[in-house]
Order: sequence, then structure tokens, then C-alpha cells
Amino acid sequence: MKSNDSLMILALAAALAVAPFFIYPVFLMKVLCFALFACAFNLLIGYVGLLSFGHAMFFGFAAYVSGYTVKTWGFPTEIGILAGMLVSAALGLVAGLIAIRRQGIYFAMVTLALAQMVFFFCVQAKFTGGEDGIQSIPRRALFGVIDIRNDFTLYYVVLAIFLAGFLVIYRTIHSPFGQVLKAIRENEPRAISLGYKVDNYKLLAFVLSAALSGLAGATKAIVFQLATLTDVTWQMSGEVVLMTLVGGMGTVLGPFVGAAIIIAMQNYLAQFGEWVLVIQGVIFVTTVMLFRRGVVGEIGAYLAKARGTAKE
Amino acid sequence: MFELLGVPPQALFGQLLLGLINGAFYALLSLGLAVIFGMLNVINFTHGAQYMMGAFAAWMLLQYAGLPFWVALVVAPLIIGLTGIIVERLLLSRLYHLDHLYGLLLTFGLALIFEGLFRKQFGSSGLPYQNPLPGGVNLGFMFLPWYRGFIVMFSLVVCLGTWFLIERTKLGAYLRAATENPQLVQAFGINVPRMITLTYGFGVALAGLAGVLAAPIYSVTPVMGANLIIVVFAVVVIGGMGSILGSIVTGFGLGIVEGFTKVFYPEASNTVIFIIMAIVLMIRPAGLFGTQR
Repeated sequence: MKSNDSLMILALAAALAVAPFFIYPVFLMKVLCFALFACAFNLLIGYVGLLSFGHAMFFGFAAYVSGYTVKTWGFPTEIGILAGMLVSAALGLVAGLIAIRRQGIYFAMVTLALAQMVFFFCVQAKFTGGEDGIQSIPRRALFGVIDIRNDFTLYYVVLAIFLAGFLVIYRTIHSPFGQVLKAIRENEPRAISLGYKVDNYKLLAFVLSAALSGLAGATKAIVFQLATLTDVTWQMSGEVVLMTLVGGMGTVLGPFVGAAIIIAMQNYLAQFGEWVLVIQGVIFVTTVMLFRRGVVGEIGAYLAKARGTAKE
Repeated sequence: MFELLGVPPQALFGQLLLGLINGAFYALLSLGLAVIFGMLNVINFTHGAQYMMGAFAAWMLLQYAGLPFWVALVVAPLIIGLTGIIVERLLLSRLYHLDHLYGLLLTFGLALIFEGLFRKQFGSSGLPYQNPLPGGVNLGFMFLPWYRGFIVMFSLVVCLGTWFLIERTKLGAYLRAATENPQLVQAFGINVPRMITLTYGFGVALAGLAGVLAAPIYSVTPVMGANLIIVVFAVVVIGGMGSILGSIVTGFGLGIVEGFTKVFYPEASNTVIFIIMAIVLMIRPAGLFGTQR
């Protein structure tokens, strides 16, 4: 199973390394940013069983922080991204402390409400530029040497960030810490009775997820040289839920596949304008009703079944 | 006294009234959510969209059928409730055996579909709806428009009526029993699945009713429910969904708090309810009237 996983990840990394020779790199960078965002979200829903409906607050706020520090304070790119990630982690700590006091559906409502609070803060705060957002964020040379004004070069930087985040999540899931998280997902009272301080585990997972969502958002701000209110809205929180659901909650590659599908869909459907919302809703409903395991989950289940019948 | 607070009484009472009206909508919507949650264990994310559809139903009844507000006040909630029943029978009822989160995800998807369809059809700008009760009365310390007074009174009556229906009638007793132990109630020969369907229809009809009430004072737009529902979620978290009276009191109370915030510290008026939610969660996680489950 595990060697299987690492083979898949290597294949994915190899495919992504050659992808920009065939596909427009800016599109790929968008996919990677959202894929990292979805992977971070999946860490919570897939492995701790916590449905956060407010992850846009980490994604969007980190975008603002990195955009502002790089543009106005003149931070180097890598420090700006790091700043966005750290602020998101801190925000995650505060939001997590409040949200983990409730379970299940309430957790979803609380995170949604907290994210809406961050949204209103971003609307009113001076540094976010209100409706205009932060525009033309400079792409300064990374570590002072790597010129990222070229999309092609930047792509490999984003790919490195994505893979680093992805591996952190992968390691987390397969660590003893990750095992405890899964135990909490399966049966929280039993995990408590076994002596685990469940709240600490949940909080740590929440902060980790928030930090990685922030990393994704901060990177996106550098790639598109833009940080706007769109990234902090509840629609964005819904989008990352949709990506993860479509790809497969609780699967390693699902969030990446889901992000690729949804971003590609948005690109091709842009011409339909108003219909995008309806189509997203229809995908949501169809997935929940018919393919709850998502694309990757259904393929995995099919393969497992095929293998099972082959043995017999 | 009002001079001491540094605010003229006109402004103070004006905002108090606005707060009461917002509170009336919070109460009606959170009541519907609580009724649905109690029976179905589903948080109805479509609630905001159904509120919006109620307003549009009133608008369409007037525009295409010439039916006045008072007819729409009865007919529109019935229509919206019926759409809710269809949704429950076709989709929601197939998810009860799964984790409750899927119900949330399904209703979220439905909200996107409804909002998107109305946006496609009517655009994002507001449609006007004429005030059915023009004029008002000068109370000395403030001017009270008839219609705004009517909203507060009417929603109070509806809320208390719902409370009476659930807590004091035989039907309500069945309902509460079925919430506690559906298998046992079904064994007594009561059609629990049908009760669930009707409960969802009723909760959704309450949302539609709130929408009709909102049509004359807020402009009728496809997005009118989306932002409101998030505040209502916060209201529900603050109140806890354990009791019917609790959600009514919390709804009105938070509306008033929000109104006062607009007077004394307008910058926080959008966020005050969320801040209260955070505080309540730290002190009393189950909500003011809730029981931890």
C-alpha cells in the first residue's frame, strides 16, 4: 500500500514537472495553489472528520498579508509568503480554539461564521484596499537570485511549494499523530477514554491545515499579483469543499484531482457566465447523491473490488 | 438620559426598531432551522435561498397573477413549503442513513442552484415591491411606519404559534416523541417518514414566509438570503437548538443588540453577532438555551 502511494506521488511529481511544456503554466499554477488549499482542507475533513466551512479566511487573509508585506513593506517574496503562512497559522489557532468547542454540524456553522467575521474585517480594514484589493504585487527575485517574473520559472517554484506542502500532509497522515487523528474521526469518545487529549490533537491539526491553506493563498497572491475580497468570501470556502468532495474526501490524491477538475471547469465554463453557480450546485448535489467517495475514491473502490474478484 | 448617552432619541429608537425587525427575521429563520434540525438532524443550508424564493414568489404572484401582498402572505409560503417537500422526498430522504454532514453538503449545493437560477433569470439588482401598509404613526419619541410594526407583531405571533403547536398540541407531542425515538413512535403506528417530510416542508415554509415579509422593506434580490443565512447560523449557535422559545428569544435579542451597536459603534455592527458567538462558545459551548450533544 505504502510503496504504491509513493509510486503514485512520484508519477504525479514527474507528470507535473513536464506539464508546463504542454499546458499554459499560469493555469497549472492556479491548479497547484488550489490543490494545496484543498489538500490542507482535506486534512481536516478526511482525517479528523471536521468539516470546516470557513477555510477561505486562511486562504484569503494570507493572500492579503503576503501581498501587503511584499508590495508596501518591500518584503522579499519568500518572506512575504512565510508571513502570510504564519499569520494564517495564528488565525487558525484563534479560530480553532473557538471552533473545536463544538462538533459536527455546529463546527461547520461556527467556522462559517468566523470566516464571515474575517470577511467583514477585510472589507473595512484599510490595508486590504477594500473593493479594489491589493493589485500589481511585485514578483521580486526569489532568495535574491531566482527571477520569477518569468511564468515558466515561477511554475517550478510553485510546484516545489505544492510538493513540500503535499509531503508535509502525507507525512502527517501516516505519522502516529495522524493515526490518533483517524481514531478521533472514527470514534471520539473512545479516543478520549484511551487517554488522548482529543482537543489538543484537533487544534494542532486545525492550525496545520490553516497554515498550509495560508501557504496556498500567499502563493496565489504572488502568482496572480493580486489579493482581493473574492478569496475571503464564503463562496471560496464552498469551492474548496466542492473540490475535495469531487476528488474524494480522505484520499491522498483526491483534493488534487478535484481542484484540477473544478479549475478546468471554471476555465471552460467562463463563457456561460451566470450558469457557473448552477453547474457547481448541480455537481455538488450529484456528487453527494451518487458518488460520495469522489473520483479518486470511486476508482480506488473499483480497483479494490476488481482485485477482490480476481483473487476469487 | 438620552443626551447623556450622546444620541438623540429619534436615532436610538429608530435603530431599536430596525433591530427588532432584523430580530424578527432572525427569529423566524432560526426557528425554521431549529424545527428542521430537531426532526431531521440536518442543517438546512438552503434556508437562505428558500427565504429569497419566498420573496420572489410574492413578487411573481403580484407581477404575473396580480395577487396582492395579503394573498401572497398565505400562498407564497405554501408554494415554498411544497418545493421543500419535493426536495425532501427526492433528495434529502436518501441521505438520512449517512453522516449528517452530507445533508449539509446537499443543501449547500441546492442553495447554489437556486441562487444561480434566480440570478440568471432576474439579474443581481433588486426588484421593487410596493409597501402594502403605507403611512405610520408618530409616537412622540419616534415615527413608527405601520408596515414595520406589523412585521414585528406578525412574526411574534407566528413564532409563538409555532411554539404552541410544538409544545402544547397532540401533533407537537408526536413530533417531540419522534425526535426522541423515531423507531418507537413508528412502532405505535405513526407514519414517521411522513412527519419528517411535513416538518421539513413546515420549516421551509417559515423561511418562505420570512421572505414574503421582507419583500416590501428590502429589495428582492437573488442574493438576499445568502449573507443573512450565515448570521442566522451564528444566531443558532448562540441560542443552541435545544428549545423553540430559546431560538425566538435569541433571534429578537440579537437583532436588538445589533441595532444598538449601529448607534454606538457602527463599525462593529456587521460583526457584533459573530463576536458574541465566539464569546458564548468560550463560556457556554452548548449555547445559551442548548444542551450539549
